[in-house]
Order: sequence, then C-alpha cells, then structure tokens
Amino acid sequence: MKPRHKRFAIIAGGLAAIGIASVFVLQALDSNIALYITPSEIAAGKAPQDKAFRIGGMVKEGSIKRDNITVNFIITDTAKEIPVFYTGILPDLFKEGKGAVVQGRLGADGRFAATEVLAKHDENYMPPAAQHAVDQAQKAQETLKQ
Amino acid sequence: MNNKIINWFRYASPQSFYPLAGRMVPWFWALTAAFGVVGLYISFFVAPTDAQQGEGYRIIFIHVPASWMSMFIYCVMAAWAGLGLIFNTRLSGMMASALAPTGALMAFLSLWTGALWGKPMWGAWWVWDARLTSELILFFLYIGFIALQSAIDDPRRADKAGAILALVGVVNIPIIYFSVKWWNTLHQGSTINLTKAPSMAQTMLWGMLLMALCFWMYSIAVALMRARAIILERETHTEWVKQLVEVKS
Repeated sequence: MKPRHKRFAIIAGGLAAIGIASVFVLQALDSNIALYITPSEIAAGKAPQDKAFRIGGMVKEGSIKRDNITVNFIITDTAKEIPVFYTGILPDLFKEGKGAVVQGRLGADGRFAATEVLAKHDENYMPPAAQHAVDQAQKAQETLKQ
Repeated sequence: MNNKIINWFRYASPQSFYPLAGRMVPWFWALTAAFGVVGLYISFFVAPTDAQQGEGYRIIFIHVPASWMSMFIYCVMAAWAGLGLIFNTRLSGMMASALAPTGALMAFLSLWTGALWGKPMWGAWWVWDARLTSELILFFLYIGFIALQSAIDDPRRADKAGAILALVGVVNIPIIYFSVKWWNTLHQGSTINLTKAPSMAQTMLWGMLLMALCFWMYSIAVALMRARAIILERETHTEWVKQLVEVKS
C-alpha cells in the first residue's frame, strides 16, 4: 500500500464515520428539526403542553372569518382540523386552499391562539394564464367525478 | 507518468498552472458577461409574471443560482482539499483557499436574497427552518475555513488544517439539499429535480439556467484570479516567479 493509498483510505473511512454519526444525530433530533407539526399529530397527542409550537397545513376552503381585527380560520391536513384565531397582519400569500404555518399555543377549548402566521407557497412557478388553465382542468375533473 | 496520454500532474505544479490560469481568466469573464446579459434579459423582460407571487418571484433568478453555487463550490473545495491531503500537491490547497471566499459570498447571497424574498411571501425574514439553518451553517463553515487558514502562518499546515475542516463539513451538503424532503420546512421543495420534469414555465427555467451558468463562469474566473494571486504570494522566493514579466516590472 502506497502512502497515498493509505491516506485515501483514512479520508474515505473518516468521511464514512462522520456520515454515519450525523445520520444518528439527525435521527435523534428528528422531531426538533421539523419546523411544525400537523393537525393529525396534534390529534395523536404529540402537541407540546404549555409551550408555544407551530402547526402547518392548508387553510381550509371557506374557513376564513373576519371578526373585527381578529381572523378565524381552520388549518387542515385533510385528515384532521385545528381552528385558529389570530390578530395581526397576514402575509399576502395567505389564502384559502394554500399552505400556512402558524405559531402559538393550543387553548383548553381546542382553539389555537396564533401569535405569528406565515404563508407557505409551493415550488411551482407559472404565468397566470397557465395557472388559470390548471384550475379550469381541475374543476372540470371534479365536475366529471360528481 | 510519461506513458500516460495526458499528464494530469503537469498542471498540478503552480509554475505551469499560473500561465494557464492567466490565459483562461479573460474567457471566463467574457462568458460571465454573455450569460449574465442574456440571463438577466430573459429573467426580467421575457419570463412571465408568476400566478401566485407576481413580480416578486423574480428574485429566484439570483437566489437559486447563488444557493446552487454555494453548495457546489463547497464540494469542489472539499475535493481539492482531499486531493491535497492524498497526493500532497501544493496547488490543491491553493485552489481550496481560492474558492472559499467566493463560496462564502454565494452562501451569503443565498441567505440575503432568501430573507428579502421571505419577508413579502412568507411574512418573515428568517425562520429556524432546516433548509435555512443548514445553509447558515454552510456560511459559517466557509467563514471558519477562511479564519482557520489565516490563523496558521505556515501555508502547508494551514492547508492541512483547512482541508480537514472542509472534508468534515461536506456532511452538511446533503443535509441542505434534502432538508426540504426529510423534515417539515417552511421552505418549499425543489423546483428542479433529477427525477421529474421541472415545475416551472419554460422561459423562467431558461432564465434561471442562464443565470446559473453566469454565476458558474463568474466563480471560475474569480477563483482562477485568486489562485494566481495565492501562487505569487506563496512562491515569491522561487526563481520562476522572479523571472515573470509582471513581477520584474
């Protein structure tokens, strides 16, 4: 074995060891790395007690209700739902049927008091005309199903 | 080594790499300008408005190329560092040091444009999301690499110490790339994938790819220039440097 082969083996072995170690560390930290939990996870009792946390999901269609300056809406992951209320400025992309991440505390009545609302957009970029065509196609499909 | 068709080790010597790099630099600058002009024109005048985000999405044409480069430069830097450790070539360490500041610049640009984009779209400059946090760690790795190298006076020892840091940090690259898949993040998933067609209008994609090429060419041009400066600095005592026209005059 030439010295440079030996050095190569040491580096390759070292990198593999660091890689495996990081996999374990990341797995141990898994739930702490996630930015938010889903309504289903809350239903399964995974919500932290007496601590602020974030919920992520879709804003349910037709659920936004404005009451003076407080906004009420429902965050859903299509399986479970969490009612949320929030007083403050909403981001422009906060819309029904779109993604959102809310931070706050879960009240005893099951309503989530949000202190911060973030809009989550998707990775698709298209001109308005194309978006319109996609929407129309989806509507047509839904009508066909009925 | 003479029985090989191409002698790769020839350009591993700073003496033969220095003039070669000097000849390549203007070409890479020309390509940077060409891709930049066409890329910016398509990005700002040809690419359509986005249905969801309006005109604000156009920061993607800087943000995505900068983020790609920040990760790619790190991989190249670590590869040079590894080669330097294995083959003990002087040039490898110089290349790694030449790439680090550009990598740091790209990581910073990525974070900065990301913050500018995040505020109007998400409603926050910063969130401790896995994607954002791992990119911040990448920025710190670059800064740490530069700081570590400049803290050690002997350049050969500085190269070795830096190389180990660079190699250890490679583990962060797949974490950045897959963070949006592995965990719940506010950052959206990848638009460009190896496994499926890009979810982006054609002209937008062209703008982004041309801008990426522009960033690529810029990084090569700057890294080569910096490598030349490092070679001159480290080889000042040698006869060939003293014979150079630019040094004599």
